[in-house]
Amino acid sequence: MRKKVKSLLSKHEFYISLVIVLLCIMIEVRSGQFFTPNNLVDLSSALIVPGLFAIGAFMVIVSGGIDVSFPALASLSVYATTKILTDANYKGGILLPIVMVLVFGALLGAFNGFFIARLKLPTMIITLGTSSVFRGIMQGVLNSTQIPNIPEGMKNFGNAALFVAKNQQLGLTSRMPVAVLVLIAAIALAYFVLRYTMFGRALFAIGGNETSAYRAGFNVGRTKFILYVIVGAVSSLAGLIRTCMMGQMHPTNMLGMEMMIIAGVVLGGVAITGGDGTLTGCMLGTILIVMVQNSLILLGVPTYWQEFFLGTLIIVGTGISAMQVMRNKRRLVSRKLEEGS
Amino acid sequence: MAQSVIKVVDIKKSFGAVKALKGVSLEIAPGEIHCLAGENGCGKSTLIKVISGVHAPDSGHIEFGGKVYTKISPIESIMNGVQVIYQDFSIFPNLTVMENLVFNSELKDRRKFVNWKRFRRIAQQAVDRIGFKVDLNARVGDLSVADKQLVAICRALMFNAKLIIMDEPTTALTTKEVNALFKIIMSLKEQGIAILFVSHKLNEVFEISERFTILRSGEKIITGNTSELDDKKFTYYMTGREFEDLRFKPKNVSKEPLLEVENLGLTGYFHDVSFSLKRGEILGITGLLGSGRTELALSLFGIHPADQGKIRIKGQEVVIDSVESAMKYNIGYVPEDRLSEGLFLPQSIADNIVISELENISSKTGIIDQKKRKAEIERWVKELGVATNNPANACNTLSGGNQQKVVLAKWLSRNLDVLILNGPTVGVDIGAKHDIHTILQNLAHEGLGIIIISDDLPEILQNSSKIIIMKNGTVTAELNPEEIDEDKLSEYMMGGNE
Repeated sequence: MRKKVKSLLSKHEFYISLVIVLLCIMIEVRSGQFFTPNNLVDLSSALIVPGLFAIGAFMVIVSGGIDVSFPALASLSVYATTKILTDANYKGGILLPIVMVLVFGALLGAFNGFFIARLKLPTMIITLGTSSVFRGIMQGVLNSTQIPNIPEGMKNFGNAALFVAKNQQLGLTSRMPVAVLVLIAAIALAYFVLRYTMFGRALFAIGGNETSAYRAGFNVGRTKFILYVIVGAVSSLAGLIRTCMMGQMHPTNMLGMEMMIIAGVVLGGVAITGGDGTLTGCMLGTILIVMVQNSLILLGVPTYWQEFFLGTLIIVGTGISAMQVMRNKRRLVSRKLEEGS
Repeated sequence: MAQSVIKVVDIKKSFGAVKALKGVSLEIAPGEIHCLAGENGCGKSTLIKVISGVHAPDSGHIEFGGKVYTKISPIESIMNGVQVIYQDFSIFPNLTVMENLVFNSELKDRRKFVNWKRFRRIAQQAVDRIGFKVDLNARVGDLSVADKQLVAICRALMFNAKLIIMDEPTTALTTKEVNALFKIIMSLKEQGIAILFVSHKLNEVFEISERFTILRSGEKIITGNTSELDDKKFTYYMTGREFEDLRFKPKNVSKEPLLEVENLGLTGYFHDVSFSLKRGEILGITGLLGSGRTELALSLFGIHPADQGKIRIKGQEVVIDSVESAMKYNIGYVPEDRLSEGLFLPQSIADNIVISELENISSKTGIIDQKKRKAEIERWVKELGVATNNPANACNTLSGGNQQKVVLAKWLSRNLDVLILNGPTVGVDIGAKHDIHTILQNLAHEGLGIIIISDDLPEILQNSSKIIIMKNGTVTAELNPEEIDEDKLSEYMMGGNE
């Protein structure tokens, strides 16, 4: 029992859950509105897109890289999909847009993956470059402008509700989007891939020690290539869902989200140096970020303080994990000294 | 010889204009422990990489039980029973012992999915083979160096290994751990597994191996039985140089002591340490790990200031409470781990040399005088014989011995009075070690007071004019190197005669 408690206390996920619970209570006490059905549904709905992005960012960080191009990548593939479909006066359902956006996303991801697998450059440098390329293609070549009227099928998907939650007190209602199922499915799939496939374990192995992974017989280049194809597809799907939920395509709307997403993943205890972290932690970190973004207003904090709080959270969160690393190191050194004498 | 495990015949390999191997042959019998020795850059690593299939040889061939390969892939090498245990063990510090053990075999079987039960079963079998007691769920990064190595050995044994190549396996181990490793090597030998043991530590070569091969500049110098080998020959084969015995004889000893230490102590680390050092003397300090020897050095250099006792420099009592104050009294310190503490490895050799004398070569406004800088750099590269054709190269392009010379240059350019060296030749080639000893002895003759801290007993005996032994945080003996030998010294160190 004591051992269990101890192992719980050493887990990052425990602390971040604690912070989330405290924040929930704080908001509830201040506003009395946190645990209302509509607020919880709103939160879940706000989590869908960042959650999907975070899955991709998490897999990349675990493999020892940092991808900053996914919002630009998603914007480009969603813009292309929406543009083609509106121009063709598409009247069908959501299936074709999903297939198209996955294909575009996978292709652009392959573009990332090709360079990352081939060139031995830090992924952040490469994705900074490809991010500019994606934006350039979208804004220059495709001459992107806002598309106010997206195809009916996409709009319907964005508005489709699993159920509707109602706040009796204020008479507000919130719809739980069907798209939340996509997030749940993606989490389940990611969990399975990371834990029960050699591909998933390869990501951890490469993030831990790339040379060792190569020597052990992992095909490092191919694994990375596949990873970025997957991340491209998942991120683009997230972008499509966002566009559908907003009911219009705004090409620059997602740009800049990468910092917030990566911050959430790192807050969840995922080592930025690669190899360490859990999907649970990654999701908890993302939830925390989304909560701060969505709920400060319930606390009566002006929205322009959001960035301040996010920044503080990131510094404190990463500071704690840095301290844990230092403490572990010190423990190892003292153990070494004891063994030596 | 019985059917050999591996036969390497006349292997040649060049990288660009550099001939790394100039026709090397090697044959190893089953159950043979064969030592491969040679200085850095002699072609040891290249030979290993050719055998393990990382590099294709330019000419020559490799034979496994009659099968001849002129070129071998890593997989073919593994299939023929070759396993390499690299210096870094090639492990995944972020994963569990279990995963570290099973990845290779799972990948070899081309498995796509993970079955944790199978993982555990395979891993358990692997550790049982050498009776290695370890928690399979422990993170490998949390294990000691010796245990990490055992993980690597267990992993190597999973593939029907016939030949295990160990690349300098004892570098980071304590004496106790080395003995445990040797026991395992002997038991592998009994199972008929041959070991190619790469090392340049003489005593290990004698202790463990039956036969040896020495390479120098890409050529095989000799293969023979270890029983026919002795100190002198070993050094000669490795370096091609004969070394005269370089016992230090102090010449210009000052009358007045330069540095006096009286009842110095740092709570929890050492206490009541007293000694005095004159110009022209070399004081050797030795003791086991944890005896307080390193902490004493760190106190004298102001990193962990002492909290008891007195320090006098040239007769005057001084307080050394920071690195700055130690440097003010012209004390220099060469740390044990020069890689992380003594050098800026990615920076140029030149910048590393001048780093601690920047104020001397720059104008009042703080701008560096390029002429002075160049002159200083040329002077030290020449004086200490740093083997480089361009001081603008990064420091990590140098071998260990030459890096150590750069560390020395860095300090000597400051006109020191006292130089403290902690493990001055750890991980350094025999030739470079000899050079460093010569440099130190000459420096003493020129009037520097030197303190060498080392557990390399021949080094201490050869280079000191006075030896103090530390044990459990204090001085247990002060000895004259003329009157003792290595065995006596080691007896004092272990403290058998308390």
